[in-house]
Amino acid sequence: MSILEVHDVSIRYMTGDFKEIGIKEYVMRKLTRNYHVVEFWADRHISFNLEKGEMLGIVGTNGAGKSTLLKVISGIMEPTKGWVKREGNIAALLELGSGFDGDLTVRENTYLRGAMLGYTRKFMDETYEQIINFAELKEFEDRPFKQLSSGMKSRLAFSIASLVRPDILILDEVLSVGDGAFRMKSEAKMREIITGGATTILVSHSIEQVREMCSKVLWLHKGNQVDFGDDVQGICDKYQAMLDGKLKLDANGKIRA
Amino acid sequence: MIQKLLRHRFLFEELVKRDFKKKYKRTVLGMAWSILSPLLQLAVMTLVFSQFFGRNTPHYMIYIFCGNLVFSYFRDATNGGMGTIIGNAGIFTKVNVPKYLFLLSRNIQALINFGLILVVFFLFVALDGLPFTWKYFCLLYPICGLILFNIGTGMILSAFFVFFRDIQYLYDVFTMLLMYMSAIFYTIDSYPQTTQDLFLLNPVYLFISYFRQIVIDGVIPPGWFHLLIAVWTVAILSLGCWMYKKYNTRFLYYV
Repeated sequence: MSILEVHDVSIRYMTGDFKEIGIKEYVMRKLTRNYHVVEFWADRHISFNLEKGEMLGIVGTNGAGKSTLLKVISGIMEPTKGWVKREGNIAALLELGSGFDGDLTVRENTYLRGAMLGYTRKFMDETYEQIINFAELKEFEDRPFKQLSSGMKSRLAFSIASLVRPDILILDEVLSVGDGAFRMKSEAKMREIITGGATTILVSHSIEQVREMCSKVLWLHKGNQVDFGDDVQGICDKYQAMLDGKLKLDANGKIRA
Repeated sequence: MIQKLLRHRFLFEELVKRDFKKKYKRTVLGMAWSILSPLLQLAVMTLVFSQFFGRNTPHYMIYIFCGNLVFSYFRDATNGGMGTIIGNAGIFTKVNVPKYLFLLSRNIQALINFGLILVVFFLFVALDGLPFTWKYFCLLYPICGLILFNIGTGMILSAFFVFFRDIQYLYDVFTMLLMYMSAIFYTIDSYPQTTQDLFLLNPVYLFISYFRQIVIDGVIPPGWFHLLIAVWTVAILSLGCWMYKKYNTRFLYYV
């Protein structure tokens, strides 16, 4: 019984002139036929499945469709084609630093973020001290959030997020944050979560990290699924070869002989 | 929807708290200002217009107050509601939450404000010597209608605002026109009957008029008047819900 099943998922993404234009501008551009919307497939025919406790690494160069795929898996976006089946609750830790409110205090932001991640108020009341101590922000807790440095912000974000105990955990480049000492602390915490039995999806640019931690690998290239399987070292070798220019991929993501 | 709301109760509470704190920004006047501001407006309007329109209108101040009370709630809720999707882009692009939570939370804040002014309103009504009767309970009808009407309008506006950012300015012009067409400080008795009927097409006027009929005239509006309010409310709310449903997955591309 798979805990996560992604079946033939294709996602069409739009981009173009439509962002932040007014209605007057829109009408003018429509009239002058100067209105361009580009639709492209961010992901095409992606299929894989994960069993409980497995750890999937997603590798691929920029624009491979990794982030879009994660958004579909976590339910933020709907796939254009195909379907995703999830068993149990899911927590996605995407771009942790943003989404806070600068005018609220650190304490208020902590509760708001906890609520966003699906914690209960009781849980937050119990763990608030633990969060703030882990982030080493005790003396800042009643200050407005905007007064924190960016390092402090990501420390807080990590500390709140690291309490999640989901069935499926999605990590987008958040394995470690902060300076030296905190970096070690956060890495240790992250390992604790991963080894805690959650099924984890990790997007990483560090191929070493993937080799070391993952039990399965999904390789995406320009929206195509190049490879998927539990031969982690083999796939990583091929991916590394492509990065080094020794291996070429064609437009459909097939490896050229 | 109710089930979803329960599941996201903690988040909803925190959003309400956030909107509330942001509105009053920990200032000294804070909440007091949100009562003072409409009262000042009322004072100015009464002062300026009572010579023109007030001579033949009994309880002219209460007459204006009814208009201001309803209109300022409408403007506050819809203006504030407009930015709720864009303003919370940082949240809904990262976690999967229903987007109407943001709008509802902002509406609760506007409702609290409305409640405060409503209390002051009743105080003024008492000072003016108007009798309180059981008919006042009928005011629950336009109040509930107005709440839903504002939510519906907010849904439409916030969805539009995602696609076209200049809606904000167009809406400012629109609300100004609407204010002049809602008979807030003048009476419509002197217009010919057909013009008077045209006012009934303005939902905000309907809500204002309902308040006046109960508070000043002491009569319950006829059945068709209730129906008219219901039709407007249901229509706007359905349109709003439909837009949220239709564009739910598209908002993401525009933020």
